[in-house]
Amino acid sequence: MTTRDTRPGSTGGADVPDTLYGGPDDDYTPEQLAAMSRQDLDRLGARYDGVEIMHVDPGPEPGSNLERRAVRQVGTVFALAGLFAFLFVVVYVGSGWFLPDWQWDITEGGWSALFTPLLGLFMGLSLLCVGLGLVLFTKKLLPHETAVQDKHDGSHFDRVTAGATLVGGWHNSGLARRKLITRSLALMGGGVGLMLIMPLGGLIKNPNKGNPLGTTSWAEGVRLLRDDGSPIRPGDQEPGSLETVFPAVPGGNREADAATMLIRLRPEQVLENEPREGQADFSFGDYVAYSKICTHAGCPVSLYEQETSRILCPCHQSQFDVTQGAKPVFGPATRALPQLPIGVDDEGFFVARSDYIEAVGPTYWNRERI
Amino acid sequence: MARTATAPGAPTTRLGKAGHAVDEQLTVAPWLRRTLNKVYPDHWSFLLGEIALYSFLILLLSGTYLTFFFDASMQEVVYEGSYAPLRGVEMSAAYDSTLQLSFDVRGGLFMRQLHHWAALLFVASIVVHLLRIFFTGAFRRPRETNWLIGVVMLVLALLMGVTGYSLPDDLLSGTGLRIISAILLSVPVIGTWAHFAVFNGDYVGTEIIGRFYIAHVLIIPAILLALIALHLIILVKQKHTQFPGAGRTEHNVVGNRLFPTFAAKATGLVFIVFGVCAALGGLVQINPVWLWGPYNPAQVSAGSQPDWYIGFLDGSTRIFPPWDIELPGDYNIPALFWPTVVIAGLMFTLLALYPVIERKMTGDTAPHHLLQRPRDVPVRTSLGAMALTFYLWLMVAGGNDLIADKFDISLNAMTWVGRIGVIILPAIAYMVTYRICLGLQQHDREVLEHGIETGVIRRLPSGEFIEVHQPLGPVDEHGHGQLAYGGAPVPKRMNQVGGARRAIRGFFSPIEEPAQVELEQRREGRGLAAGEDRELTSSGRPADGGRPSDGGRPQEPRD
Repeated sequence: MTTRDTRPGSTGGADVPDTLYGGPDDDYTPEQLAAMSRQDLDRLGARYDGVEIMHVDPGPEPGSNLERRAVRQVGTVFALAGLFAFLFVVVYVGSGWFLPDWQWDITEGGWSALFTPLLGLFMGLSLLCVGLGLVLFTKKLLPHETAVQDKHDGSHFDRVTAGATLVGGWHNSGLARRKLITRSLALMGGGVGLMLIMPLGGLIKNPNKGNPLGTTSWAEGVRLLRDDGSPIRPGDQEPGSLETVFPAVPGGNREADAATMLIRLRPEQVLENEPREGQADFSFGDYVAYSKICTHAGCPVSLYEQETSRILCPCHQSQFDVTQGAKPVFGPATRALPQLPIGVDDEGFFVARSDYIEAVGPTYWNRERI
Repeated sequence: MARTATAPGAPTTRLGKAGHAVDEQLTVAPWLRRTLNKVYPDHWSFLLGEIALYSFLILLLSGTYLTFFFDASMQEVVYEGSYAPLRGVEMSAAYDSTLQLSFDVRGGLFMRQLHHWAALLFVASIVVHLLRIFFTGAFRRPRETNWLIGVVMLVLALLMGVTGYSLPDDLLSGTGLRIISAILLSVPVIGTWAHFAVFNGDYVGTEIIGRFYIAHVLIIPAILLALIALHLIILVKQKHTQFPGAGRTEHNVVGNRLFPTFAAKATGLVFIVFGVCAALGGLVQINPVWLWGPYNPAQVSAGSQPDWYIGFLDGSTRIFPPWDIELPGDYNIPALFWPTVVIAGLMFTLLALYPVIERKMTGDTAPHHLLQRPRDVPVRTSLGAMALTFYLWLMVAGGNDLIADKFDISLNAMTWVGRIGVIILPAIAYMVTYRICLGLQQHDREVLEHGIETGVIRRLPSGEFIEVHQPLGPVDEHGHGQLAYGGAPVPKRMNQVGGARRAIRGFFSPIEEPAQVELEQRREGRGLAAGEDRELTSSGRPADGGRPSDGGRPQEPRD
């Protein structure tokens, strides 16, 4: 290897570029290039990039009918694009000024109902015209050329030489021999990596602490309230009807897992009612209360079909039979809806006798253990 | 390199001088020339990926606009905006700001709908682009890496969709969020921990909208942007694949140079995609969140459907049987785990690994730059049809309540149709596709061997009638074509080989002289005028093979 001892700053000498500098500039002098036509220069450059222009289908002849027509078309489409864009601006700016107000109004459907569609119409038409104009321009007025470019799958020379440089650097570092450094580097890498992801630990919370998944706000003596906050007495509901109730605690009607269905069974349903084992006394008279949160994916089950005693979840169509302890009878759900033990307090309003005795909502890994 | 104004080849125009000045600063000319000269093959199906790219661009622009107004907070507020039916209703600040954005920001609703439509188009164009890559074998070596990046981007696009449509915190998206929560919980062992990490506690908490928001506007888009850049760099580096055809080989690209043809067409496509999204965003209502109302865990609207690209997971969940797996120690794996986490995981893993699987099965490790026609690789095409049927059937199952309702079918029957169909239909799709592929292959070979049916019937001296066939190339002594199948479309009608001159241009009235076109076509050997010196030979059917005296010999055509 020689040093560039001709450079000033090393040992002096003239400041001229070395032979690698010029490239094609050495093949073609400025005089030669100046003598070439623009098309030849274009082809020449393309050849340097591995591109050969095979065939050029020139655009329409200047001044021909074909050209005039194409120019008219493209020009019209671009002009339309501008026009629609202006219309967009007029609708946007003018609403509430010289056009009617754009804001939503319950009393009339008129302009406020048209505002957004008009914006979309004009912007859409304008942009479509720009695109259409460009495509028409390319297809009808530009020459169509077919070009071929070489494709290489990589060179053996490049691979071998690049590999030699890499391996050389690795070899010079001596890391293969200096075991202490490699080992300490491994420790360093592991340590620093762990350290950097550690703060994510702030996201971790223990789901088993205080059993938040298995409990709701229902407790002994908590009244059953409607969504509007009114308590319910036995006899308020028609037989066969369903009412969604919430615990009488602050924010109870927004709680994710507490929503409960209070159902008054019809006399014939009472006769065929088979509560789950050990839960026969959870009902009160002909009233039963089941969790509204589907045991499959947590949607609120809300479609109650009286004739078949079935409750349907609209998300994945699990069906539960309220006369069989709300056990799933069709669909992907596997567990019965948990039943809330209910009673009546001194003033004659429905209250819960305890929280649900099992976790409500979707099943999870250790649900049975909580 | 100082040049004087008099040096030969020095620029004389102001623009030329400016160009030279820029190049003196940056030396960009070689790079610029290489870029402008780069050749791109021309086929409509190569635009699908571009559509995805441009819709992502629209999403970035419209999404940024939406962030000016959206408040990703679950703070309870009372709505006081101009949408009267919800005035005085308690809702989250997220839903409140979505309503403000829709009703009290000039053009806000338009931008929101534009964003939503562009998102649907984004995922759709990715999927169609992926199908094109799959069915034409464009994922083969050396493009496995780019295939993998593409699959990762598809998954990220789905995550973008889910995190995005959960943000307004309306009744519909809240129901979706509840299902996402249940899916997280269903993961064995770590499910509850994962749920508490994501939601910061039990469902629903106060953090999730804010977290989804930062994932939706920063984390996922940043990763997507990086992957898109990588995807394109690799594409440019490897050069585009092309369909087989005249002059096209494994070692070249035939098409248009970037400048001006390809650039003009691509720019046109940007505007067309943008225009379509804008028109949809204004004219076609999407996700009218004000009709659903604020999220309430105790309410749900019937017929809840996710956006189309999540529909397959909804469908698989609906038709999966109620199979909890009870494990010793009172542990269990919920039924919900299989149709969501496992199915989706398996589908995307198989998709990502397909190039490797195919390479192992076929032993084909050579690099390929020429695309394959789906018919020529019947096994892959049939596997694709099978997977697509599986996917589409799950999507149909995701709307089984709507189908049951509209066609008055029992909902339970629809569930069973879904269950049985998902097992049987993919197999049927495989067999049918396989036969269609073979049939198409045989037809190609038939035309190459026996020529194109001309529709001309000739009576031989013996009284036999034959149909005259036009061979596509030289024929042997039996009249059989000697052209080999090259993977390119085989012309099957006379017009495709110049049986008729081209149509006269002009929409309402001709803008060309018919006589001139006739002349021009005659020069190119097309059309009726040129037909006089064209050869028509015998039917070339095997039956003629025994009569070398007749078949294959140039014969005079009868009109």
